[in-house]
Amino acid sequence: MEARNIKLEEIIRDENLVYTKTSLMTDKPLSFCPGCGHGVAHRVIMEVVDEMGIQADTIGVAPVGCSVLAYEFMNIDMQQASHGRAPAVATGIKRCWPDKYVFTYQGDGDLAAIGTAETIHACNRGENMAIFFVNNGIYGMTGGQMAPTTLPGMRSSTTPYGRDVALMGNPLKITELVAMLPGTCFVARHTVHTPLAVRKFKKAVRMAFENQKLNKGLSFIEIVSNCNSGWKMTPVQANKWMEENMLPYFPPGDIKVNGEMVSKTAKSE
Amino acid sequence: MGEKKLMKGNEAFAEAAIRAGCDAYFGYPITPQSEVMEYLAAQRPHLRTGMVLLQAESEIAAINMVYGAAGTGKKVMTSSSSPGISLKQEGISYLAGSQLPCLILNVMRGGPGLGTIQPSQSDYFQATKGGGHGDYRMIVLAPASVQEMADFVRLGFELAFKYRNPVIMLSDGIIGQMMEKVELFDQMPRLTEFDQQWATTGKTTDRERNVITSLDLDPARHERHNLKLQEKYRKMSENEVRFESIECNDAEYLFVAYGSSARICQKSVKIARARGIRAGLIRPITLFPFPSEEIDRMAGKLKGILTVELSAGQMIEDVRLAVEGKVKVALHSRMGGMVPSPEEVFDALLKSFSI
Ligand SMILES: Cc1ncc(C[n+]2csc(CCOP(=O)(O)OP(=O)(O)O)c2C)c(N)n1
Ligand code: SF4
Ligand SMILES: [Mg+2]
Repeated sequence: MEARNIKLEEIIRDENLVYTKTSLMTDKPLSFCPGCGHGVAHRVIMEVVDEMGIQADTIGVAPVGCSVLAYEFMNIDMQQASHGRAPAVATGIKRCWPDKYVFTYQGDGDLAAIGTAETIHACNRGENMAIFFVNNGIYGMTGGQMAPTTLPGMRSSTTPYGRDVALMGNPLKITELVAMLPGTCFVARHTVHTPLAVRKFKKAVRMAFENQKLNKGLSFIEIVSNCNSGWKMTPVQANKWMEENMLPYFPPGDIKVNGEMVSKTAKSE
Repeated sequence: MGEKKLMKGNEAFAEAAIRAGCDAYFGYPITPQSEVMEYLAAQRPHLRTGMVLLQAESEIAAINMVYGAAGTGKKVMTSSSSPGISLKQEGISYLAGSQLPCLILNVMRGGPGLGTIQPSQSDYFQATKGGGHGDYRMIVLAPASVQEMADFVRLGFELAFKYRNPVIMLSDGIIGQMMEKVELFDQMPRLTEFDQQWATTGKTTDRERNVITSLDLDPARHERHNLKLQEKYRKMSENEVRFESIECNDAEYLFVAYGSSARICQKSVKIARARGIRAGLIRPITLFPFPSEEIDRMAGKLKGILTVELSAGQMIEDVRLAVEGKVKVALHSRMGGMVPSPEEVFDALLKSFSI
């Protein structure tokens, strides 16, 4: 084939445009490790806020964890929260601004260990907000320690010989747990590691915000994601490992929609 | 003239909260201050003023709800007693670090640990020296009557917004539980119309996004942030010292006491005066900032200072710092929920200074 000399200006034209970054993501370069799911999840949530035109009515809560700097990247009003307390912080905001959209964006250590009480009670009260829960099976920010979601036998810096469930308990399926509570209206589990998965996740995010508008209760979306740094793998290896090991334990799909349980596994459990 | 009522201190605080136009209260039950939330619940503040009332799942959740709500720029508060206030410390540190206004009531009970439900003043260090992690201070108001339990709500909110900083009301089981006549101030509007430029009101296109955070990973910037906070605390020290002096003009002996101890010392002053001993009382109303200058100013003329506390002696350290050895400072201390009589305090004065 003959190599053509194409100028950049010929490519960057309006009619060739297939994707632009939403203006609701700031221009600051993401601080996440390459291949990490956090960045995609951030972007999708901001795209939905953008598409719904609710930037001026949306307040986000970023807790402690790799998402601690979310407010550097999300171009909306935000509050940083202490470790685990984002659902309580968001409750305070939502109760004061009942007409605004409020969401938290939390890791598994944050949401399912130190913040378990705040998570369950915000869900149980049916706070009209959204919780986005990034489950990477590990404490990413602090260097790869065991999380409540670390799989049996999985290595982490505090379980260097693998998680021994006899000593450390089993991974916590908190998403199935909150689905049991009458206060949650929409509970689903997603991933963001393929284009198809991202499209499905985006639909769910949209539903989470629409539910708030209708005061339907709490929407809870788990995102199973890789932590390639913490898992000590390349991004490609990490996504493969996630598919083979995390997803059988944390299967993607809707668990509860419009207040009705839809997942058979959740029902039989 | 405001409405006059016979009320418990805790109830007066709660009623004043509604009247001060408080937007939200988040709490968790604990003796001896549970009447605050019970009174609010009975009043249905959402119907009276639209005020939010929510019983949280813990003190940790409650203070974090306060943090969230305070970030929206509204007037918010919580109340608790010693063990619950300990649980709130991380949240209070975040509130101070993020420069959020709010009002926190501690109706102190005895410690350490679960201690006792009886009154105490043993959280003085915790309230005045920081309490949580990091270099921060809060204005600490010490009510000594049911009237002040009401009045300091309004004052507390004023100061909290003036400095964008949490304000603590350091009360105790006696002041919270006792009944007195109180003149209530008139209903004030809630902060529904407001101009908090810094708050999370939703980012509009005409301004940069507002972020409430205490985090800054850049050392130079974070040092500047800390220096700014310190400058704020210095301004508080300069402008907000409040105290009451009773019979101090010709005093040779001085009691220093706050809250319920000050009430007892008022009587001890009378007993002393009746016996021909020229005693006076300084009652710090703000514990931070502490009325050091006034105590120091008096020190030269005094033969002795007796600090009276329902603790092992915490405020006495600030009194000693204030006088820098110019006069002997003694302590009369009771703990565990024990409360001295005015006669006992008077005897302690005689003994301490061999009068
Ligand atoms: C009270 C408190 N305890 C511990 C920490 C340290 N810490 C920061 S992030 C974190 C774990 C975060 O893990 P996760 O929520 O799973 O988020 P990830 O980084 O994996 O996205 C811990 C333990 C803290 N900041 N505050
Ligand atoms: S440490 Fe893990 S979770 Fe954190 S940015 Fe890196 S890959 Fe993502
Ligand atoms: Mg994690």
